[in-house]
Amino acid sequence: MADIRHIIHLVSKDLLIELRSKEILLSMIIFSLTIILIFNFTYDIGIQAVQRHTPGLLWVAFIFAGTLGLNRSFMREYENGRMEGLLLCPVSRGSIYIAKLVGNVIFMMIIEMVSLPVMVVLLNLDIIKFIPMLFLLLVLGNIGFASVGTLFSAISLHTRSRELMLPIMLFPVTIPVILAAVKSTAFLLNAKPLAEIMPWVRILIGFDLIFTTLCSFLYKYVVED
Amino acid sequence: MIIVDKIEKYFGSQRVLRNLSFKISKGEHVSLLGSNGAGKTTLVKILATLLKPSNGSASIAGFDLLEKADKIRSCIGVVSHQSYLYQDLNAVENLRFYGKMFDVAKLDQRIDDVLQSVNLFHRRFDMVRIYSRGMLQRLLLARALLHRPPVLLLDEPLTGLDVSSRDMFNQFIENLKTHKVTLLSASHDIEHAIHQSDRVLILKDGSLVLDKLSLHITSQELKENLR
Amino acid sequence: MPVHLILFLLTCLSMTVALFFVFIFAPAEATMGEIQRIFYFHVASAWTAFLAFFIVFCCSIAYLAKKRRFWDFISLSAAETGVLFMTFVLITGPLWAKPVWNTYWSWDARLTTSLILWLIYIVYLMIRKYTEDRQQGARFAAVFGIVAFIQVPIVYMSIRWWRTLHPAPVLGNVEGGGMETNMIITLLVSVLAFTMLFLNLLFMRYRIAQVEAQLFYLRENAE
Repeated sequence: MADIRHIIHLVSKDLLIELRSKEILLSMIIFSLTIILIFNFTYDIGIQAVQRHTPGLLWVAFIFAGTLGLNRSFMREYENGRMEGLLLCPVSRGSIYIAKLVGNVIFMMIIEMVSLPVMVVLLNLDIIKFIPMLFLLLVLGNIGFASVGTLFSAISLHTRSRELMLPIMLFPVTIPVILAAVKSTAFLLNAKPLAEIMPWVRILIGFDLIFTTLCSFLYKYVVED
Repeated sequence: MIIVDKIEKYFGSQRVLRNLSFKISKGEHVSLLGSNGAGKTTLVKILATLLKPSNGSASIAGFDLLEKADKIRSCIGVVSHQSYLYQDLNAVENLRFYGKMFDVAKLDQRIDDVLQSVNLFHRRFDMVRIYSRGMLQRLLLARALLHRPPVLLLDEPLTGLDVSSRDMFNQFIENLKTHKVTLLSASHDIEHAIHQSDRVLILKDGSLVLDKLSLHITSQELKENLR
Repeated sequence: MPVHLILFLLTCLSMTVALFFVFIFAPAEATMGEIQRIFYFHVASAWTAFLAFFIVFCCSIAYLAKKRRFWDFISLSAAETGVLFMTFVLITGPLWAKPVWNTYWSWDARLTTSLILWLIYIVYLMIRKYTEDRQQGARFAAVFGIVAFIQVPIVYMSIRWWRTLHPAPVLGNVEGGGMETNMIITLLVSVLAFTMLFLNLLFMRYRIAQVEAQLFYLRENAE
């Protein structure tokens, strides 16, 4: 119980700071929109083809923007040795990890909620009737991606190449999440029956459960001597 | 209050602390002296549960350092030259956050009290970003004392402070004696350390070379051990 | 006789035997012909690489639990050797595929998983290299080694589903099934020989790690 209370306070602290500085969210949103723009140019294709590639495009934008956010969220703790201050608190290391994970998922959800409508307009998508299911897929995909991402960002910060290290650590390991998220989104937007989507949703749920548990346990080995 | 028993610390193959043993009783103010790289910061970090000793054991307030780290964290306050504060939050918000982490009872009242005691009450709604170095250090002290810890660990808290802030800080530490707070303070300032503390420990290349009451220390001993 | 010498002699012996089995004992495959003999090396290296990564996984857990340098050295050595064998898999795979399937690469589950694993363990080695503090690097690598290995089956499964749901051209089933007895025997001998080679390399790399640590210690204390 105390853990949950601590997690809530940790998350609300992060959200309050972000609300004041807006540094992470703003750059994430602009980044994800820029990716859409670049995709549009590099493919140089009609609306028809864009729609076929939409699921992949969406997730590439979200995941790249997400990586940006992951890098920043722990960086903020390490400036001025704040992480030390956090580690001095009688709070379990698992709670610190979960709080960061929740924060990162919330950040990713926010940029997705902002950039999706823009994409709908730019790419002429028709997603209204899929919204509830799409929301579920986004949540599951984000948790899976951020679960490993939060752990790895704590590692990459201490390497010499810092931000550079995170994507190359993270992308190969999260391939199942990316695959499952793109596949299920594609089936959803093509109005395939639920039975075809469910296997991928199950992979997402399984990945989320396994890696959230594993990473919250392993986190203490990253931050403690 | 603090018992250190044969602590050693290796960084890789480098031995930074060698077989340290000492005891500090309740309410005692102890200064930890030594030149740069003598292992002061490492020792403070070990006692603050931020590093683990390679060998040996220690306990604070009766809790074992390795097994009851969480219990120790709630009964120590730490001030170092690092700022643990968030620039985009004001003083009250910073303290409220840490207070919640330490499960401090009647938090709002307590925050007002500590802010008043470090003379920052009138600036409590200012963002930490615009605080001066001296104010920041006092706020850090307030943060460290928020949960009424019986033990205070200081690691060069005066680095980069001007004279008036130093005096204010020291006056405050002096006052803690009446509250029976145990204090271990790593410092550079020899004269001041001897003047203010009951006892002095001197580290040299990771070994404890002197452990004496401040009153009995001769300048000869200081010269020999500190170079 | 010291252990490493016995290991070395056994490796030489089993390698010679394996060569005999692969090139003389095993019959040529009916449809693919002589080129199929690369299969014995390909599968044997793949097996060895997986073994190596499994060792990394186990030793990572042991290191985090015990914090003994020994476990760290073994996982480092196993990871490096594993990457070497996986490189071999990725070279022999396309060499074999080109004449048989008329394409160097197919995105099937086994191949793609091998490529991903190769990438992951190169990153594993990079983490060590780019972390200033050696102990910290060892901890980070151990954490990464555990997460990386646990996701291997998930990667394999998800890529397999991804392929099956999008029917790919049937590339012919080489492993299992219709293999002749002599081929299976040859494969087993080859796997054994490669395992010996792996153990030999692992042991040598471990000794190097030990010597490196000693050298580091001497240098640091000489100053």
